[in-house]
Amino acid sequence: MRVNGTTERLDLEPRVSLLDALRDHLGLTGTKKGCDQGACGACTVLADGRRINSCLALAVQYDGCDITTIEGLDHPLQEAFVRHDGLQCGYCTSGQICSAIGMLAEHAAGAPSAVTPPDGTALTGAEIRERMSGNLCRCGAYNGIVDAIREVAGS
Amino acid sequence: MRSFAYVRPPDVAAAVRAIAAEPEAKFLGGGTNLVDLMREGIEAPATVVDVTGLPLTEVEELPGGGVRIGAAVRNAELAAHPLIRTHYPVLSQALLSGASAQLRNMATVGGNLLQRTRCPYFYDGAAACNRREPGSGCDAVGGLNRDHAVLGVSDACIATHPSDMCVALAALDAEVEVESVRGARRVPLAGFHRLPGDTPHVETDLAPDELVTAVELPPPAATTSRYRKVRDRASYAFALVSVAAALEVRDGTVAAVRLALGGVAPKPWRAHEAEHVLTGAPATEESYRRAAEAELAAAVGRPGNAFKIGLARRTIVATLRELEP
Repeated sequence: MRVNGTTERLDLEPRVSLLDALRDHLGLTGTKKGCDQGACGACTVLADGRRINSCLALAVQYDGCDITTIEGLDHPLQEAFVRHDGLQCGYCTSGQICSAIGMLAEHAAGAPSAVTPPDGTALTGAEIRERMSGNLCRCGAYNGIVDAIREVAGS
Repeated sequence: MRSFAYVRPPDVAAAVRAIAAEPEAKFLGGGTNLVDLMREGIEAPATVVDVTGLPLTEVEELPGGGVRIGAAVRNAELAAHPLIRTHYPVLSQALLSGASAQLRNMATVGGNLLQRTRCPYFYDGAAACNRREPGSGCDAVGGLNRDHAVLGVSDACIATHPSDMCVALAALDAEVEVESVRGARRVPLAGFHRLPGDTPHVETDLAPDELVTAVELPPPAATTSRYRKVRDRASYAFALVSVAAALEVRDGTVAAVRLALGGVAPKPWRAHEAEHVLTGAPATEESYRRAAEAELAAAVGRPGNAFKIGLARRTIVATLRELEP
């Protein structure tokens, strides 16, 4: 697979998750293991540009894919999170930022959310909260996270 | 997690051959449920047959006006598809109310159909669970059962079916196409999932070697439809109660109605009793209330979940009111 633009050849047994492949086999520990059961979003990475939970992804299923982790990003959201106090302990932050990048692409492509009105397209605070609900922040930095995303989205 | 062999067949024929040759094999879709169950030791296949690469990724309009959805279509893609948003809004809304955006990007239609209950006793290897270990009992019956079912239950199991998508499919009269080495067949969604009875571990009509290849929707029975979900937090939680409804009103009378419930039964629950009361009745709140009462008349509440009976009645009425012209 390609990870952050570099081709990586891995020889893994099938039960290794994408998350463990990144952290334990490639040394990319920026992606965090929170719940390891798809409930917290800390392990969010981009696979061919789409956000996924890498803890529930078997690495073998992503053979040949283009994976982007926090280490491969240089995105205005990163400084916006700092400016808006979008974190305290920081454990969820790499997942939040990968998720937000995936979310902005989904929104730009016209994908609806559960709160999108029939004729609505604006990325409101309610839209951001709904679309980011797969990323928990146990410090409760949600207001800062929403503000950071709104600033970068220009909404 | 038990070690397993991984195969990625190129087509449906190879996939069903692979599973027929290995009794301990399982099909793998997006992995959002099966990988978790394997990590918990509840599922332990010797071989995993990855079906996400099969050519089952199309959403096509059928000549008669219905839609055919490939089993490997991702939940996010289906929810955003123009055909679904336009003609089957209840399905798009149900999909978008389930899980998180990350999980919807991974989860497939076939996998969603086959996802297993999130009953905590099913997940807890130290607890009695007839679904996980037939004959061991059910710790939910006398235990913490706030999330559990009130309709279609038995003494052997009161777990709920967790899917939102399937509730919409039940209301839409969907059919599931399945294939095995013996050939293809179609199963109405209403008969796809089973009630627990004495055999809660038998969850669907599928044989172990049958692969879900597609879901077909007939042309919509009503022009308006909606999914309403009640849960403990605003997003990213399983339903306490959900309602999928389609309603067609002509001259103040209910001309057509389709109603299904989630969060209250061990399978996506088509509300036939309520539909019977509503069809031909005045499209009024009084009718909606009578219909909801008829549907919930057979409900069995326990100390933890009796609140769901009233909540389901009120949610049915509220959803139908939202659909009034």
